[in-house]
This record gives sequence, structure tokens and C-alpha cells, in this order.
Amino acid sequence: MRKLFTLISLLVGLSLVLSACGGGPAATQAPAEKVTITIESWRNDDLAIWTDKIIPAFEAKYPNIHVVFAPTAPAEYNGVLNTKLEGGTAGDLITCRPFDASLKLFQGGYLASLNDLSGMENFGDVAKSAWITDDGADAFCVPMASVIHGFFYNKDTFDKYGLKEPATREEFFALLQALKDNGETPLVMGTSDQWEAATMGFQNIGPNYWGGEDGRLALIKGTGKYTDEAYIKTWQDLAAWQPFLPEGFEAVKYPDAQSLFTLGKGAIYPTGSWEIGLFEKDAAFSLGIFPPYTENAGDTCYISDHTDIAIGMNAKSAHAAEAKTFLSWVASEDFAKLYANALPGFFPLSNAAVTLDDPIANEFLGWRQTCKSTIRDSYQILSRGEPNLENELWRVSAAVINGSLTPEQAGKEIQDGLDKWYKP
Amino acid sequence: MQQSKRHSSFPIHIAVFLAPAVLLYSLFMVIPLVNSLRLSFFEISSQNQLSFSGLQNYIKLFTDSNFAPFFWRALKNNFVFFAVHMLVQNPIGLLLAALLAAGGRIRNFFRTVLFMPTVLSVVIIGFVWQLILNPLWGVAEGMLTAVGLGEWFGPWLGKPETALVTVALISVWQFVGIPMILFYAALIGIPDELTEAAHVDGASAWDIFWRIKFPLILPTVGIVSVLTFVGNFNAFDLIYTMKGANAGPDFATDIMGTLFYRTFFGQQLQLGNPTMGATVAAMMFLIILTGVLLYMFLWARRVQTYEM
Repeated sequence: MRKLFTLISLLVGLSLVLSACGGGPAATQAPAEKVTITIESWRNDDLAIWTDKIIPAFEAKYPNIHVVFAPTAPAEYNGVLNTKLEGGTAGDLITCRPFDASLKLFQGGYLASLNDLSGMENFGDVAKSAWITDDGADAFCVPMASVIHGFFYNKDTFDKYGLKEPATREEFFALLQALKDNGETPLVMGTSDQWEAATMGFQNIGPNYWGGEDGRLALIKGTGKYTDEAYIKTWQDLAAWQPFLPEGFEAVKYPDAQSLFTLGKGAIYPTGSWEIGLFEKDAAFSLGIFPPYTENAGDTCYISDHTDIAIGMNAKSAHAAEAKTFLSWVASEDFAKLYANALPGFFPLSNAAVTLDDPIANEFLGWRQTCKSTIRDSYQILSRGEPNLENELWRVSAAVINGSLTPEQAGKEIQDGLDKWYKP
Repeated sequence: MQQSKRHSSFPIHIAVFLAPAVLLYSLFMVIPLVNSLRLSFFEISSQNQLSFSGLQNYIKLFTDSNFAPFFWRALKNNFVFFAVHMLVQNPIGLLLAALLAAGGRIRNFFRTVLFMPTVLSVVIIGFVWQLILNPLWGVAEGMLTAVGLGEWFGPWLGKPETALVTVALISVWQFVGIPMILFYAALIGIPDELTEAAHVDGASAWDIFWRIKFPLILPTVGIVSVLTFVGNFNAFDLIYTMKGANAGPDFATDIMGTLFYRTFFGQQLQLGNPTMGATVAAMMFLIILTGVLLYMFLWARRVQTYEM
């Protein structure tokens, strides 16, 4: 009953506020009105950068537009955003997840088509591929950034034992063993949140086994299967990582692992370029990175250079003109420079040549020259059905590391799930 | 004449007094509930068009290999979750209530302390217990080592075999205050004459509790059980806070609430499915309804209530 009273008093309060707003039309129609537009995003880690660097730069150029960056926790973003869009309370600008999640929003009429947006000509087809209809007719988000997977390591620890960056699988495991023999925690990762096992494990080292884009497209065409040797080998590697993970890794969560590494209590951290900002801020030792190891010395190397983030416009936005102004600015070279340097580790997708100040970010970017780029194999088309491939990859990859599934069982479960609905 | 007229007229004051509650309850509870049940009989197309599909969603939930294993596992896990509460939370609640009712000067202090976790936010409980049980920097391992049980420690929240029971025990820790207070209220309502008379007849404290007091608080036992049942089959928040919507590891902590959330709202690349979500919600409603009806017809009608 008390809940009800609270609810009633809230409603009464709300209606008072609303009627107060309605009662003063003169106030809302003041001259030189400043329009506020809101950005929905899952990047709550970037809140300070948006509010202190990016938005002031935009507002300096367009003083009549006020931009609010309103992020949600990453794991809740999709659910919260869908609910807000359905209820008509979402912000004017929507940060776009790659591929189907955003495509569905576009098809549902929630995202506006951006074909005629000035600035879209600055992006190549690969950059736009994650935010375009299957027939390529409509682009609906302005590509912002990609992330590159790899391994971070603690240079001080490596120097202490005279260890060097591994290039091959053999060198990698020899390195882990050497670190373990010296009493260090060689590899920092937990399986409690599950996604690290798939994203930072499976999708990180896998492209070198399945040959990057070739393997990924073969899955879509149906000529490749998750039961193939390449995938089994990837999971076998993950299973072999287990003895080198921190104690109790089954209950170690993502922030725990980040803290463990930045506190200097672990040597190698499999992850992606998005950690640069946090690690450079928190780590008191010198950081190094190395790309995913190849099976044999001299093999072509592949990196997961994943188109990860874009921004689109709420089709029902009340301030469509201002939102488009912002999107055109996002597509400009100014933004690419500002964003790439404010957020080292998020690499711009526009054709503009951008130089980065951050040495580690530059090193990541350099891999684009030495290795071939691919994206995560579960993102395009293959996660459209039930059971959801991405969720399944999280589950089985974590289970393989925990030892509750064998690599062969994992491959079979994933392929069986895919076969249920996917007909190439 | 006037008298009889007053009797025959419609008792308008009753309607007036009922109206606010009926209106608000209908608006915020009954209509959404009925609407959700209605949604479970529909299918949604990729163009967001609803079309009637009869019992298709239910058939899918029970037989389709994408839904049925999840549903049955969530249901089984939910019964385990409930069993832990019935076997641990309620007996401990009863024990604490009996100790409190026995008197002592500092019982008010303990009553407050033991009830305190109940009023804390679930998010705080989840966060604190994750820190305590954290294998890297949690205090649990150190405390166990201090009493010589260090080897028993494990990453309980991360292992499929132990995660569900661990989460259930954390929930027990939080909510043990509720059965305790209900049992306590019932126990102190028992007149002293009864226990004194039994004492004079030579009954031991043990006999007094089980033969006099326990039968007198049986109605409360029923209420506590049904409250636990309803609470457990609606549970969601603690597991979502601690293990996320994927209820890991390997869906070991997946219960009806998290299954509903994933189905309805989606998760990462999985898109939400409102009609299947409504179907899961309808099943939760049916399960709870069955439990409450069983309580009402099989327990509440048979149990002897005594006027004291």
C-alpha cells in the first residue's frame, strides 16, 4: 500500500511539473533558443572525454546546439535502448552497435536513413558495411571507430626475467610457462562474465587459425563449419590457457582482471585496443603490446579489426536538423582527429589520414600494415537466429576454459545450433 | 418506512470507499497483467506487426529445442533456489525467532541487526558478497584459512556446480529477517499461561516448543512458505546483479526471472522477443498461481487455528 501512495504522490508531482511547463509558452519560445540534443551510448567509460573534449569542440562551432551524452551500462544498453525507442523516450542520437542490432532498429523505423547526409562520402564500403541494409541501399549510422584485438603485457616483468614478445604459438606457451615458473600470474583473464572468453580469447587468436576473412566468409557461405580443425584448434588453445590464469579465474570478473593487471600482479592480458585509455591511466609500469600469435613462424597474420561503433539518428527526433548537423560533424576530419586522439584505441574509420599521438595506439594501428584485417565472425548475419550464435560462443568458450566442455563438444554444440536455423 | 428505504438502497458508500483502490489496482496491476497474458497469444513479425497465433508460443516454449531446454533448466534451478530457502532460510528464521522470543536484554539489538540486510539494496548485497567471495582479494579465503579451512575455499560463484547454491545462500542471508520477524510476532503472541501450565505438567522446553508453540504458529509457517514461494519464483535482481542476464557459468544460475529478462529484452547480439517473453511471464504467473492455490486449498483450510 505504501508503494501505491509513493506512486500517487510521484504522479501528482509529475503532473504539477508538466502543467507548469505547459503554462508558460512564452518561456519556451524565447528568441535564440538553444536546442538540446541527447546521445544514447553504451560507452560510459568515455563520459569524461565526451563532456570535456568532444562536445565542447562541437558546441564552440555550433553555439546554438547543446549536446548531452547520456550513456547506459554496456550490458544493459541494447535492452534499455529498445525499450526507450518503443516508448518514444530515446535521445536524438543513437550510438549504433554493429550489424543486426542496428539493422533491426532501422527496419523497425527507429533509425533514420542517412544516405543524403553530407559527410557520408568520407567512408569506404568496408567502414560502412556494418551499418547498411543487406542490399546496400540504405546507410543508417555514421561509422565512428573500430577496435583491434591483441595482447597487452607488463614490460617491467618481461625485462625482469629477460623475456621477449612471442610470435608463434610455441613461443607463446613457452613464455607462459617461463612466467609461471618465476611465480608470476602469466595470463590475466576471468571467465565469470563469459564474454571475455569469446571476445578476448576466441575472436582474438582465432583469425590466425581460420584465415581471417576467408574463414569468416566460408562460415556465411556454408563451406566452413565450426567443427573444422581451425575452430577446434582455437578452443584447444583456450583450454591450454587454463593453467596460466589467475587462481579462481572462474569467479574473476572483467573489472577484477583489469585491476589485477594494472596493479602489476599479472604479466599478459588478452584484450583489445579499447583498454589503452584505462591502462595508461592506471598502470604504474610500462606497457607493451603484441599481436595474436601465429601457428608457425612466417605465417600470414590476421588481426580482428572490428567495426565496433557508429552513431545514427532517432527517426522520431524532435530536433532532426540539429541532429544531422552533429552527424555531419562526426563524419568530418575534425571529429576523426579529435576522437582518435581523445580515445586512443578507437581507430577512425573515415578515409581521412589521421596521425595519433599515443605510441601504443600507433603500434596497434601499424598492425593494419603487417597483418590482414578481419572482423568477429559471429557478428554479420550469423547471429540472426535462435539460438543466438554470439551468446552461445560466450557460453561455450567460457566452458572450454573452465574445463566443463571439450573443444570438440564446443564445436559441435555451436555448429548444431547454427544448423538449426541457418541455411547458407 | 424511512428505515426500510435506507436498507433497500444501494450501499453507495461501499463503492466510494472501494473505488480508489479498485481503480489504481486495475490501472497499474490488473490491466498490465491481462495485457501481458494477451501478448503471449500473439506473434510479432519483423515489421513489428502483431498477429494472433493461439497456443503456438506455449508449444514452442515446451517443445522447441531453442526454448524448451532453457525453460526446463530455469524451472529446475528455480526449484533448487526455492528448496535452499525452505531448508535453510525458514528453519534459521524459526530458530532465531525462538531465541529472540526467549528474551534477554539485548534482543532488540539483535532483532534490528538480523533484520538489517533485508532493507539493504540488492545491488549492495550483490556487490559486497562478490567482494567477500572474490578469489583474488576477497576476505573469505583469509577468514577460512584463519580457522584452518582454507583448503575448502573455491571460486564458488564461478563454478557451475556451486554457483546456484552460493547465490541462493546469499539471498538467504539477506532475507532471513522476514521469516524471523513473522515467527517472532507469532511466538510472542502465545499466552504465557499455556507454557506455564505445560511447565507445571512437567514438559521440557523441547516438548513445550514442538508440542505447544509450534502447532500454534502453524498458520504462520504456511504464510512464510507461500511468501518464500512467491518471492523465489519472482526472483531476478540478485542473480542479474551478480551473474548478469546470461546467468553464468553455463546458465547454472538461470532462473525464471533471468530467462524472462533475456527473452523479453534481448542480450548483446540477441534481439528481444516480446511475445515469447510474455509467454515466459505467463508461465511464471501460472506457477505462482498454482502454488498459492495449493496453499489456500490444501493448507490454509486444513490447518487448525486456535483462538488465543
